[in-house]
Amino acid sequence: MIFNLLAILLGISTIVFALVAIYTKKLIFAILATGGVSLFASILYLLMAAPDVALTEAAIGSGLTTLIFLFILNKIKEEDV
Amino acid sequence: MYKKLLVFATIFILAGIFLKLYQNFDGSKTLNKTASYYAKNGASEVGSTNIVTAIVVTYRGFDTLGEVTILFVAAAIIGFFLKTNAKGTNRIRNLRFSSEIMITASKILMPIMFLIGAYVFVNGHLSPGGGFQGGAIIASGVAFFLLANPTLSVNHKVLSVLESTSGLIFVLLGIAGLIYGGGFLDNRVLPLGKFGTLFSAGIIPLVYSFIGLKVGAELSNIISSLQQIQKEE
Amino acid sequence: MEYIGLITGFILVILGIWGFLTQKNILKMIIGFTISDTGINVIIVSISYLKNRTAPILNRPDLLTDTVNKITDPVPQALVLTAIVIGVGVTALMLSYALRLYQEKNTLDINNFKDLKW
Repeated sequence: MIFNLLAILLGISTIVFALVAIYTKKLIFAILATGGVSLFASILYLLMAAPDVALTEAAIGSGLTTLIFLFILNKIKEEDV
Repeated sequence: MYKKLLVFATIFILAGIFLKLYQNFDGSKTLNKTASYYAKNGASEVGSTNIVTAIVVTYRGFDTLGEVTILFVAAAIIGFFLKTNAKGTNRIRNLRFSSEIMITASKILMPIMFLIGAYVFVNGHLSPGGGFQGGAIIASGVAFFLLANPTLSVNHKVLSVLESTSGLIFVLLGIAGLIYGGGFLDNRVLPLGKFGTLFSAGIIPLVYSFIGLKVGAELSNIISSLQQIQKEE
Repeated sequence: MEYIGLITGFILVILGIWGFLTQKNILKMIIGFTISDTGINVIIVSISYLKNRTAPILNRPDLLTDTVNKITDPVPQALVLTAIVIGVGVTALMLSYALRLYQEKNTLDINNFKDLKW
């Protein structure tokens, strides 16, 4: 029961973060929200009895992807404004 | 206007398909035939505690070989696209130095991050984790080091030697399985050992360690190419 | 649980596709791709979930007997493991293309790239 409640909460926050990622004006908030989507999804994997996938998503999807996005954003921003 | 209508139509069709899928979905109660074979015979045939590892490395080892190749090709194309232009045409940018906290913390934390990465991929057959996760953790350690010392760079030669050596050993271990075991990447080249200990499950710890080194080298390669272009004007 | 995962995954896929069809900025489009990637992985994992069963790691002695009725489906999890690692490679590739496009035209707005339009 408590796990179902937690899963519903995680699902709602994942969708809210995805909406923020798509509709926010500032690119840096969008990138950080994408990292948040991956992080909440990894906890959802853990609740669905897939610890291997959860570890992969937390290390790769949430960590490295955000870092790569930020490297590119840094390169674009400095020439832009 | 016309374009927006098309977008809405696409989304509605997709939503309709998903609604239909959701209405017809009733969660299965038992494992299907393939999965129950793996569940029944995984422990006795492969000797790995983690069934997912047994599938990734042994039963579906060929897929993993292809996946590592895709990652290698992606890293190579990124290195090609982001390579710095001819020498002398680019001015070197003056990078801001990192803070004292970052530099000190990177000195303390980097060995620990490498240790955790190595732990995760050596214990891939016993606990959640494995080569891909461990490689990603090692690459995060490299990224942390590069963020703390923006003027330094990773030696690409070391990375490429490490990457190709581990890939070669991975393929050679697979061929050893073809000769001494039952097929390509069969893990019964070494004795299976006692179930649930570190030295068990044949060559799975070895194969996963080399996959971890290869993935770590490839992701570090991507990150260091991206860090390299921050320097040029 | 599996229904919650399924709904979350479907909504994430639709949001991601909506994102990369309507946004003008190339980086925002890549973010849309990443979100729908995550959504598809959530769908596959929630299909593999079976009620009242444990993860496919046999670290307790009682799991060794009658394993078939005690663990969830391990095959989709292995598939998703592969998909996530390939996803980061593809995302990095798309981002480096985006950077090259930016250096070519000095803009990231998709409306300015009309070389192939007819």
